[in-house]
Amino acid sequence: MRNEKSTEEVARGIRARVFEHTIRNNGGYLSQACSAAEQLAFLYNEALNLGPSTMPLVPPPFAGVPSAANPGYRTGAGYNGPFDAVHDRLFIAPAHYALVAYACLIEVGRMAPEGLEMFNRDGSSVEMIGAEHSPGMEVHNGTLGIGLSTAAGLAWGRRRLGHTGRVCVFMSDGEVQEGQTWEAVQAAAHHGIDNLWALMDVNRQQCDGAMDDVMTVGDVATKFRDFGAVVAECDAHDLPALRAAAATPHPGRPLIVLAHSRPTQGMESLMSRFPRLHYVRFKSEEERARMNAEIAAELGVAPVPLETQ
Amino acid sequence: MEMVNRPYAAAFEAHAVQHPEVLCLSADLTSSCEIDGFRDRHPGQFLSLGMAEQNMLSFAGGLGLAGFRPFLHSFGVFLYRRPYDQLVASIAYPRRKVRLMGFLPGVTTPGGMTHQAIEDIAVMRTLPNMTVLEAGDATEVESIVAEADTVDGPVYCRILRGAVPRLFDTPLRIGQMRVLSEGDDVLVVTAGVTTEEAIRARSALAGAGVSVRHLHLNTLKPFDAAQIVDHAASVRHGVVTLENHLVNGGIGSMVAEALAEAGLARRLVRLGLQDTYAHGGSRPYLMRHYGMDALALVRAIERLTGQSTGIDEGALEAVRVEAVHSAVKAEAL
Repeated sequence: MRNEKSTEEVARGIRARVFEHTIRNNGGYLSQACSAAEQLAFLYNEALNLGPSTMPLVPPPFAGVPSAANPGYRTGAGYNGPFDAVHDRLFIAPAHYALVAYACLIEVGRMAPEGLEMFNRDGSSVEMIGAEHSPGMEVHNGTLGIGLSTAAGLAWGRRRLGHTGRVCVFMSDGEVQEGQTWEAVQAAAHHGIDNLWALMDVNRQQCDGAMDDVMTVGDVATKFRDFGAVVAECDAHDLPALRAAAATPHPGRPLIVLAHSRPTQGMESLMSRFPRLHYVRFKSEEERARMNAEIAAELGVAPVPLETQ
Repeated sequence: MEMVNRPYAAAFEAHAVQHPEVLCLSADLTSSCEIDGFRDRHPGQFLSLGMAEQNMLSFAGGLGLAGFRPFLHSFGVFLYRRPYDQLVASIAYPRRKVRLMGFLPGVTTPGGMTHQAIEDIAVMRTLPNMTVLEAGDATEVESIVAEADTVDGPVYCRILRGAVPRLFDTPLRIGQMRVLSEGDDVLVVTAGVTTEEAIRARSALAGAGVSVRHLHLNTLKPFDAAQIVDHAASVRHGVVTLENHLVNGGIGSMVAEALAEAGLARRLVRLGLQDTYAHGGSRPYLMRHYGMDALALVRAIERLTGQSTGIDEGALEAVRVEAVHSAVKAEAL
């Protein structure tokens, strides 16, 4: 399934939607949109082989957690298309990127813009930290580091079933601080799971600030190679480079694409907050108004109309 | 007493070869969990995941997502203590059909604190969507494999290994507790290896004129509270629970909750580990040391009835002492 928009347009749309949402709600995962817009646009708009959404454009309300008493339970994976042998599967491992992922679903026509209005509203499935039942999500990844393991298991199973569809994990670089990430890579390499690949947003930021200040992780590419993966590196904001990296052959091994990104790409005004970028909440109405004007100008969109207090 | 060598090994292999969607996962304890023969004979159905339980649990969740039913083999403690987050997020919440086969429950290992699963029942039974089973003899080990695999969701099983006594001649059925005697003085509730302990005291208690109602549990969740309450209501003096586990959160707690919710006033003595860790030692030594053996049960019954039975260790049936090193065990653990 291909979208009418170019991947560049989708990326621009993601930034604009997350910007608008963050300004209006006086807070949001704005920096993640800066670093990951091209990556998510690339995945949904061209890299992944996804069928049409099986879910309503306007997300249904929260319908309960999985239990024996809830036989109608379903995840939000239907927004990524049907489960079958030929289509790819996508896990969004850093579930706090949900706002960015929802914006992407809207841009590629899989969710109505009204879906974002439900973000973090009580009773909504469009949760702040993407849950299994949130649009575009298939598993809980809110505790970082478990996504790649789950994907490796699914990929092993799909290979055994003869599926041609692959399994992709969108990851964040902070996850390399979790031991489970390395357990997952070594297991995927040991078992030759090569229908698995990951696209990692290497923005070098985490909740407490810059990763180098919080926990030094060293040469991640070398570490992944030593654990048995094929690694490709690229500029996360350079689509031809992303395409080339994702096309790297990786027979018998998982592929990890390290997409080196900038946490303020497209919204340079955010640098005034560096390194506190994980969750942007404006410190004053003055800052909010200034960011509204400056970022809107950078994005080439109109400032968000704000009700006067 | 008939002893059966490695009942799990044969039962798992017989089941798995009939069900290609069953996978055998191991975390570097393959022979210790009696699946070495299966690995050698059915390598295509076996996945070695190394000493990396966090990955193994999430990986198994992914296999479940693909429609497989992985059986995870390790010592029970390694299946929940380190990978608890993965247990919840990757297995319990999404109701994956993952079968967690926990070997060496409670103090059945001399491995000490790190190897002894003493709070596994408490942890597992509080998880929504989880089923918890415990095998008490060779017949239950043999039947727990196929029975666990019928569960529409995840299941944790306490498994006995090596030379296991055969106490029962009918298979384990989920939700069906065994009524081993129907006395009316005291209700005794046991599971796993503590059932054998209670049986050791059976004839001595009968000789002392104590009428015991003895229930053996193999299904710890779902817990049949109504039946427990009915049995408790039919005895005069009260209830003793004897478990290979901490009394907090385990069978003692389950019975207490059942009695309280039903408003049934019966005294309750909870035997097991009393808010303490254990240390390494033989099973008979540990069960004696921590008050989990047949003699501790007799003393608890005396407290409830208020009468001495005159029973001492010599009056109980002999303790079954396992060889520390044995051909049916991979290592002394």
